[in-house]
Parts: sequence; structure tokens; C-alpha cells
Amino acid sequence: MRRVKSSFGGFFPNDAKKRTAQTPIEILKAPETLVVSLSQHAGKQAKPVVAKGDEVLKGQLIAEADGAISAPIHSPVSGTIKAIEPRIHPSGDSIPAIVIENDGEEKWIELEQHLEPVQLDASTIREKIRDAGVVGMGGGGFPTALKLEPPEGITIDFLIINGCECEPYLTADDRIMIEYAKEIILGARLMAKASGARQIVFAIEDNKPEAINAIKAEAGALDVVVLPSKYPMGGERQLIQAITGREVPSGGLPYDAGVIVNNVGTAYAVAKAVRDGQPFISRVITVSGDPLVESKNFFAPIGTPFQYLIESAGGFKETPGKIVAGGPMMGSAQFDLDSSMGKTCTGLLALAKGESATPNVLPCIKCARCVDVCPANLLPLKLEAFGMNEMWNEAYDYGALDCIECGSCNYVCPSKRPLLQYIRFAKREIIAEQAKSS
Amino acid sequence: MEDMNLIVAPSPHLRDSDTTEKIMFSVLISLLPVIGASFYFFGWDAVRLILLSSATAIITEYAFQYIRKIPIQIGDGSALLTGVLLALCVPPSLPSWMVIIGSAFAIGIGKQVFGGLGHNPFNPALVGRAFLTASFAAAMTTWTAPFDAVTTATPLVLGAARSSLPDLFFGSVAGSLGETSALAILIGGIYLFYKGVLDHRITVGVLGTVVIMALLTGQDPIFHLLAGSVLFGAVFMATDMVTSPITKGGRWIFGMGIGLIIMLIRIWGSYPDGVTFAILLMNAVTPLLNRWTRPRIYGQGVKVSE
Repeated sequence: MRRVKSSFGGFFPNDAKKRTAQTPIEILKAPETLVVSLSQHAGKQAKPVVAKGDEVLKGQLIAEADGAISAPIHSPVSGTIKAIEPRIHPSGDSIPAIVIENDGEEKWIELEQHLEPVQLDASTIREKIRDAGVVGMGGGGFPTALKLEPPEGITIDFLIINGCECEPYLTADDRIMIEYAKEIILGARLMAKASGARQIVFAIEDNKPEAINAIKAEAGALDVVVLPSKYPMGGERQLIQAITGREVPSGGLPYDAGVIVNNVGTAYAVAKAVRDGQPFISRVITVSGDPLVESKNFFAPIGTPFQYLIESAGGFKETPGKIVAGGPMMGSAQFDLDSSMGKTCTGLLALAKGESATPNVLPCIKCARCVDVCPANLLPLKLEAFGMNEMWNEAYDYGALDCIECGSCNYVCPSKRPLLQYIRFAKREIIAEQAKSS
Repeated sequence: MEDMNLIVAPSPHLRDSDTTEKIMFSVLISLLPVIGASFYFFGWDAVRLILLSSATAIITEYAFQYIRKIPIQIGDGSALLTGVLLALCVPPSLPSWMVIIGSAFAIGIGKQVFGGLGHNPFNPALVGRAFLTASFAAAMTTWTAPFDAVTTATPLVLGAARSSLPDLFFGSVAGSLGETSALAILIGGIYLFYKGVLDHRITVGVLGTVVIMALLTGQDPIFHLLAGSVLFGAVFMATDMVTSPITKGGRWIFGMGIGLIIMLIRIWGSYPDGVTFAILLMNAVTPLLNRWTRPRIYGQGVKVSE
């Protein structure tokens, strides 16, 4: 085990994780109705292979990958397909989803198990990961099998298993490391084999001592690195810099630095897929916040409605001001509880009314706290001004496209300015402009 | 469940508890030792000047915001701060009407004509001070001794040989209201540093350069640090967030530039002090420094492997 420092600014969020850090993962009983979105990953929506009225088994393929960047989806329960219709996605868009009525019998498909999974060859491992519908669980949702197949001529020096979980409130990764370390190590070994990575590095923030010990106990000779609990330590690019000293080139991918980064939850899903033959149909989600009766970590089936998750946490003891799917820094606010969790849903948070209120915005006083925290070394206050004045060339020149949208600038701003919103605006306009001219 | 009326807004959904108002008021709190010292040494003149200057600043801010039909933001504390800072850098014997004009000028011309809080290129309190120095040269250079209000010369005019270092440190010398007591300024500065409001790069840059320049020219560095407005300027004026650079490198250059200009004026210029003009000149260079010292963006200039 070694400790590393990090060079970026970042900030130390107050520890909202306390609510659930000591709460063991509870296996959630599947609800009566599940809403499984066709868009739970980066890339194209999956294509349904079932129709209304079909009977399905738990783990059965219900939608297949459409094109190179896409992922298949499997039924999280056994039951009947009730409908395939547009439903509200956690992002706020209306996207087709497969509605399944749970028959409560938990009838599995036949699973192909491998007692010695590490003996399988790289392409077989990748195939099993792909067929199981495993995607990045940290939030991006990039199909994992694709990530593990670097382009011709690129050598992967490091496979980093990301257990930083730097978002306040969330403890899903923390708990899965504590309770399922064995599977995570196996998943990491499988991913290293599949990608040809030379070295595996486990990266965990120092506010998770139990997880560090659990991983160390199982990791053997593998490298376990402890990092400061600083937001956004779990950002792929920041992690690569802290651990390897390398930077991902602007506009490039981690491959270009010879690195692949995967979340600990993804490693778990990979182990289940290859060793047990189980498709990706459930995940750990943190349901937390002061308005809830209880804050919990659940192992919940994909497609569980938010309403059901909230009820499983005892419901509300006070009316919440905001409901967020994901972490409080990068997650999306919900209009209501009608959406349901997908493969990338790390948390479901209820924020109190006081926390949710829109702050009074004052002029920028150029305190440059946003400059100090920016992990990409940008000048957020300048980018905000360029975005506000629609100065796209200047925004491009000042690196708007290198913004990772972590929200640190908004967090620290004493004048409560919407810096990130204007940077996003600038990014979108610049990308649209580039698409038009190419 | 009854209608929850959820708030839907883009991420992030968390905000730090620090606010611009808190920053302004923490600077005001850090000035309390200085205000206390000014009252101790110069008596009711301190109260008269600080109250008049602050009240004028707030009224002027209110008037401009009212005329411009923009939200009245006098509660943010920034106008009050400018008023207090201006009062602390004028001579104790300054006539009341002069400080009123100076304070109105500081807020009106120094701040509001540029668009108000955050938009002014120059430190408003120093704009007010420079305006008073140019308009009422005699009154702005008439100094009184502490306790008995007898007209006397400042240490900078007397020179190092005729000044006592303990008097300079504790503040028992002639000078501007708030600038004589190094001790009070240091207490305020340490508080501000602890609160994360004072950027040490600027303060250290100014003071370090003053020391180096003094040593290079064979003068007493401690005297130059303690006499005149150097310490007050380095702690409270140069560190004004709005008018100093946003990059770390820029802040070092900014601070060193101020130190250099102060010593050039002190040694070869016609003013005995020069802190006001040193800071205002470097304020003018701030946008340029921001441009010159842009940090290298993560991932830029890194080679993509083939």
C-alpha cells in the first residue's frame, strides 16, 4: 500500500457520507413493477427483443446492443412484459422503457459458470462482459467490454480500479468494497487479462479505512493506493494524474496515457458476469438524505422505481426540497419520483428544503476560488463571462472543452454564480459550431 | 403523497456556506484592531472620520443603485468596507467635508461608474485617497502627533535615524489614522489569512520586495516595512480581490511590482511614501498579468500516443 498526493485544487466536502457509511448493503426485494429504460449506457439505445405480453425469466435478454457503442439489457426479474413505451428517464428526457410485471418467483435463466474464470482467454472474457451488459457504473456508463479492447498498437500500463467515490453522500462503492472485496479483486484480474494491462492499481480515498483494509486483505501483491479525500479525486483524469503522473491529452482518452480506469462496482459486475454467468441486472445504490426516515445502501434490481426506493427507506419524514439521481455534485434533479434507476444510478438523494433553495447571486468579486479548485486548471470565472457574452472563440481558447463538469467552481463560489451552467452552454455551442464546419 | 413542489436545477446541488457578504464582513472584523488603535492614538478624530466616510460610502452606493434602477445591494458590506478603508488612510486632522467628498468619489467614480461591485479596475478606497491627495495636497500631508494633536512630521520624512522602531511597531507615531500601528495591522492580517481571504502571495510579494530593495540600496529594511502605508497597503489594500490578479503567478508578480514601485518612489520620487500610486499602477496591470500567467490547462500540450 502506498499513499499519493494530488496536485489539483479541489475541495474537501463536509462529510455527508456519515449517514450511510456504516450501513451494510441490504438486498432489496424486487418491486411488483419494474421500468427498465433502453438507455442506461453511453451510446445508442438498446433494441428490444421482446414484445408486450411475453413471459421472461430473470436474467433473460430483453434488449440487444444496437451498433458498436451500445449494451444489451436483461430482465431483472421473472415475469411478464406489460408495455414498451416512453417513460421519464432520470436525465429528464422521455425515453422508451420496458415495463415488466414481477411474478415474484425469481426464476433464473440457465447460468453458465466458470470455476476458473482467470483461465479464460482475453477475447472470451470480453465477450462474456459484453453479453452480460456490463457498463461503467461510476456514472459514465461506457460499455466495459469496449473499454477493455484498446486500439491496435496501444499498450495499457495501468488498469486503475476506482474506489475513490468522491461525491458527498454516496457510499455504494465504499460498501461494495467492504462486503464484496473478493469479487472486486477477481473482476480486476479479469479486466487486466481482457485488456492486457500490465499492472492493476486499486485507488481508494483515505476516508474509507474499512474498504482499504478489506481490499488490502484480498489484494495480495496488487498495488493499493490511498488518496486524499478530495473532490473530484474520483475523476478519471485526476486519478490518472495522481497515480501515474501522466495526463490524458486534451481531447484524448485514458488510452492515450496508457491507462484504463474502471469503477469498483464495475469490477464486481465483471466477476459476476464471467465467473457466475450472471448478467448485469442489479447494483448498489445509496438512498440518503435528511428528509428520509432512514438512509440506506441497497442492492436493487435495475429498473426499480424511485418511489419504491424511497418507500424502502421508510419514506419522507419531512417534505424534501430536491430529489437527485446520482451524487449531489453531478447528479440530476428530478421533477418527481416517477423515474426509475438504471445501471449508472449511484444514488438517490433527498435534500432538505433549506439545502435546495436557489441562492441569491451576487457579482463576481474575482476572489478566484474557482481558479484554485478547478482540477483542469481552467479559469472558470473567465469562461463564465465568455459564456454569458457568447464569446465562443475566447471560451475555446481558454479551454472550455477541457472542463470535466465536476461543479467544484459552483460549489466554492461565494457569490453563488452559475459558473458551470455557462461553461456547459459554451461547450455545447463550440461543439455545435465544430460539427457545422466539419 | 401530496405535491412535493420539487426544485429542479442543474448540478451541482451543494454549495459552500461561505458568501461574498461573509468575506466583506470578515475584512471589516479584521480591521477592528486597526480601528481600535486609531481611536487610542488619535481619539475622536478617528470616530469622526470613520463614521462620516462609511456613511457617505453607503449613501453614495445607494444613490447610484437607485438611479441605475438596479437592486439595492448596500447590505453586501462592500461599500461600508471602502468607506472604512478610506478613513483609515487619511490624516487624523482631515476636515470632515474633505473625507465626505473623498468617500463619495471613491464609491461614485472609483466603483459605481464601472458597474459596481466586482467591475472596478482600481481599488476604490485608493481612488478616493489619490483624489484627495491630488485635490487637497496640504490637508492630506498635514500630520499630527498621537495623543496631543500637535502638527509634526511623519517617520518617512524624519528618516530612519530619527525614528524609534518600537514606536513604529506599536503605532505611536504621526501618520494616517489606521496605518501607524504595525501590530494592529498584523493581527488583522493573520485573522484574514486564517479566514482564507488574504492571499499570502500578494502580501509576501510586496513586503519581500520592499525588504530586498531596501537592502540593495543600503537602507534599513525594518524601517521601510513599518513606516508609512506599506504594511496597511500590503495587508488590506493590495489584497483587494476585485482589483488583484486571479492567477497565483499573477499575484506574485503583482505583489512584487507594488513593492518595487513603492521603493522607487520612496528613494527617487518626490512623494515620501508612494504606496497608493504603486497599488493603483499595479491594479492597471492586473488584466495583463491575468493574461500572461494563465495556468497550463490539464492535458494541453501533452502528446497523444500514436
